[in-house]
Amino acid sequence: MEFITQPWAWYVAGPIIAFIMFLLFYFGERFGMSSNLETFCAIGGAGRFVDYFKIDWKQNTWNLIFVAGAITGGFIASYWLSPSDVVAINPQTVQDLADIGITNAGLTYLPDEIFSVDTMLSVKGFSILLIAGIMVGFGARWAGGCTSGHAIVGLSNLEIPSLISVIGFFIGGMIMTWFILPLIF
Amino acid sequence: MKYIKFFLVGILFGIVMSKAEIISWFRIYEMFKFQSFHMYGIIGSAVLLGMVSMFFFKRKMVKTFEGEDIHVAPKKKGLYRNLLGGILFGLGWALAGACPGPMFVLVGKGVISILVVIFGATFGAFLYGLFKSRIPH
Repeated sequence: MEFITQPWAWYVAGPIIAFIMFLLFYFGERFGMSSNLETFCAIGGAGRFVDYFKIDWKQNTWNLIFVAGAITGGFIASYWLSPSDVVAINPQTVQDLADIGITNAGLTYLPDEIFSVDTMLSVKGFSILLIAGIMVGFGARWAGGCTSGHAIVGLSNLEIPSLISVIGFFIGGMIMTWFILPLIF
Repeated sequence: MKYIKFFLVGILFGIVMSKAEIISWFRIYEMFKFQSFHMYGIIGSAVLLGMVSMFFFKRKMVKTFEGEDIHVAPKKKGLYRNLLGGILFGLGWALAGACPGPMFVLVGKGVISILVVIFGATFGAFLYGLFKSRIPH
C-alpha cells in the first residue's frame, strides 16, 4: 500500500492524466473542465439573460458526472489514501513564501492565509477567493479552455491557439506570483 | 447507466490530482517560481503521451468504444481571445492555486472556502457571456 499512500511522482501522474484524456476520447467525449462552468450558468437560468447560455446543457451531463467523480476521488484520496498532508516543496519556495507573509508553507496542501475559514469570513479574504475565481472563470471561457482543454488536449493536438493560451497562462501566473502576491499579504 | 464510466474516470482524476499534489496551492506557486520540476514533468509527460494518442486517433487506429472515428475539433483561433483570456486565467490560477479541475477535487477534500472560488469562477463565466460581444477576440 505504501506506493499508493506516499505522494505520487510526476512520472506516475502525467501518464495517468494522459490515460484519462485517452479514455474520455474513447468514450466519445473531450477532456475539458472549464466548460462545466458554462453548464452551471445554463442550469442556473443564465440563458434568460444572455443568449450565449441558451444551450442544451443535457449534452454535457457526462462532464457533470465526471465532476461528481472528481469530488469523490478527492474525498477518497484525502481520507483514505493520504496519511500525511505535507507537500515536499522546495525549501527555497518555503523561504520565499515566508518572506511575503505566508507561513507554514508545505505543512498542509493549502495556505491558511488564503483558505482558512477565518480568512474566508473576512472581507479581504472573501474578496481574494471571489476575485481569483472570477479571473479563472472569465479567463478560461475567453480563452476557450483551461489547463485540461488547452495545456493537455490542445498542446497534444499541436494547436497554435492552445500554445498561445498556455503562454498567456504563464504570463498571467508569473505576474501574479512574482509581482502581485508579495503586495497582498 | 451509460454515465457510470465517466464517474469512475472522474474518481481516478480526483485521486491523481490529490496524490500528485496538483491540488496544492504551494505546488502552483512553486511552478510559477520555477523552483521545481514536478508540475512541468506532469504536464510535459501528459502532453507527450497525449501526442501519441492523437497519432492513433488521426490514423484511425483507435476508435471510440462505439466504433466511431475520433475527431479532435480544433480550438477557436484569435490572438486576443487566447492571449488575453490566457493571461486573465493565469492571474486567477496563481492566486487561487487551483484551475477548474482541482477546484472540484478540493471540495472532496473538505475545503469549504474553495466553494467561494467555484462560485466566483461560475460568475466569471457568466460575466464572459454577458460581455462577449464587447471584448476583443
